Amino acid sequence: MEPEAPPDSPWRIFRRQLRRSPLAIAGGVVLGLFYVLALFAPFLAPYPEDAMDRERYFHPPQSLRWVGPDGLHLRPFVYATTLTDAGGFVYDEDPSRPQPVRFFVRGSAYALLGILSTDVHLFGVDAPGRIYLFGTDAFGRDVLSRLLFGGQVSLTVGVVGILISFTLGLLLGGISGYVGGLTDTAIMRGTELLLSIPSLYLIIAMRNIIPIDLPSQQVYLGIVAILAFIGWASLARVIRGLVLTIRRSEFVTAAEALGYSRLRIIARHILPNTMSYVIVAATLSIPSYILGEVVLSFIGVGVQEPSASWGNMLNQARSIRALTSFPWLLYVPGAAIFLTVMAFNFLGDGLRDALDPRRTTGGRA
Amino acid sequence: MHRYILTRVLHTIPLLGGISLLTFLLLQLTPGDFLNQMAENPGISPATIEAMRRNFGLDRPWYVQYGLYLRNLVLHFDFGESFSRHQPVFTVLREGLGNTLLLAVASAAVTWGLALPLGIWAAVRQHSWVDRLLSLVAFVWLSIPEILSGLLLLMLAARTGWFPVGGMRSLDFDELTAWGQFLDIAHHLALPALVVGLIPLASRMRQMRSNLLDVLRLDYVTTARAKGLDERVVVFKHALRNALNPMITLFGYTLGALVSGSFIAEIIFSWPGLGRITLDALLTQDQYLVMGSVLMASLVLILGNLVADILLAVADPRISYD
Repeated sequence: MEPEAPPDSPWRIFRRQLRRSPLAIAGGVVLGLFYVLALFAPFLAPYPEDAMDRERYFHPPQSLRWVGPDGLHLRPFVYATTLTDAGGFVYDEDPSRPQPVRFFVRGSAYALLGILSTDVHLFGVDAPGRIYLFGTDAFGRDVLSRLLFGGQVSLTVGVVGILISFTLGLLLGGISGYVGGLTDTAIMRGTELLLSIPSLYLIIAMRNIIPIDLPSQQVYLGIVAILAFIGWASLARVIRGLVLTIRRSEFVTAAEALGYSRLRIIARHILPNTMSYVIVAATLSIPSYILGEVVLSFIGVGVQEPSASWGNMLNQARSIRALTSFPWLLYVPGAAIFLTVMAFNFLGDGLRDALDPRRTTGGRA
Repeated sequence: MHRYILTRVLHTIPLLGGISLLTFLLLQLTPGDFLNQMAENPGISPATIEAMRRNFGLDRPWYVQYGLYLRNLVLHFDFGESFSRHQPVFTVLREGLGNTLLLAVASAAVTWGLALPLGIWAAVRQHSWVDRLLSLVAFVWLSIPEILSGLLLLMLAARTGWFPVGGMRSLDFDELTAWGQFLDIAHHLALPALVVGLIPLASRMRQMRSNLLDVLRLDYVTTARAKGLDERVVVFKHALRNALNPMITLFGYTLGALVSGSFIAEIIFSWPGLGRITLDALLTQDQYLVMGSVLMASLVLILGNLVADILLAVADPRISYD
């Protein structure tokens, strides 16, 4: 007789379930790519985020070419352009001046990952030529470079904000559900208070406390703090509900009988059982944090120029002139925001299906 | 039932008190004495500033100040003075709130006018290409934030000229007939209402679809079909009524949420509502106006939820709170 195989670990079940939803995997891959791009932004971006080109305001995106009038080129190139209408910012390509794209070129100095000092960039063209694959903005800054640097802000706001607010929500919700009594009432009234103020109004009112002209690092921290302060309430309510069910379990009684402290029981015995819910909720909540930063920067009270964020890049697309004549100012950051939000939604949906034991179908494969 | 409603109404009073305390503390934390800032403004008379200082007791400890703020608020509906607009905050808010509610009602019309028919259509043609297409569109639409759909529609307006690019009235508004004025406002309202109304559309449509599908599986629907009734009568007369019931509650909750949801659309389309006023107040450091609008927006949200809960209790006899 063959001995019966041990049952699958939750981790294996999870991976098997996740493999069944290709959209979730696609979402995860896209997000992984975006975060790597943001991490290596100084290397990937041809120019610094605040480098202004005073000769090329509102330059349209250049197309990368392989074929010129003289046939196929071995390396991709862009045509040099000349400004033909200064009032309307019309640039004409000059087919007689192809600028080959060179890789690992020297440019402005930076410290990769904060430690590695170098001046090598992934690509560029020979000076004095310039390459603007996504065009330039009102100050002649490279939109591609700003998108990459802006991603550092916009993509991390969500994760850092979630870490803070979910720690708060888990602890307060856990205490509320386990301890009960007056503590419970106080915490729940607090969440009710936060949830009855429309979130954008509360964000604005709290933003009012922070002076508008702080350095951008401090503004960034301020924004994260505001978003986290607002975000913990709804999670705390759900966690409280889950804890109320879990605290009646026998293993909690056992832990109590062993004389563990309340905090230890909450943190080590009860909260781990809410993890699958928390992971899904966190994935699905990150977009709202990202959008919180986008909205604040869009209305001009978030990340301040010249630092880039996807929100203040969208702010440049607000004018009628930009929307009619320079649409890449909307399309480029807009596409980045849309893809990020969609990827988080797909990933979150997939995780929910994979982590929910009731949805497990077919038993062991 | 009456007791339930009474409890719910009484419950909102401490909630509003808490919100006013929170907003007041935020006001206190704001750097700089706003009356000093007001004093620099030549447009405001020293007498007004002196009256406000006395009225709000700004030289007293904060809890006395809060008491006075509350007293002015409750007894006189006095939210203080807006010093960027030289008007009482309440006057500014009343107009903004009216415009926001107009936008909210129009958006609700967009949401429900589209969600119900589309949801019903998807349900009666379950598994057809219409159903699949609608769920695909809904799935993608959930990922388009308001700020993007707003800017895309603004781009449409700017490029085609079919719609005004912002504001609420045309320049010649005063010369129009009453009907012309109505049409003018509706013309300005169309795009912002579309932006706000489309946000909850996807989920409402899915809810309508699944509600109707649930009801269509019940025995009494089978009986109606077995009697040989026309399928249209079965769906619209027998099934739909029960499928609509849960949607009534959602309607109430949505109205409250719409006030918050209209914020971004108001800013993109320069709609002179509560959100636009709040942003201007933040940018001009008009503290009392910021706090007043936060209070006002919360009040609408709370009332929306209250109405929704009561509607649910009224609409569904199976739910009893006593």
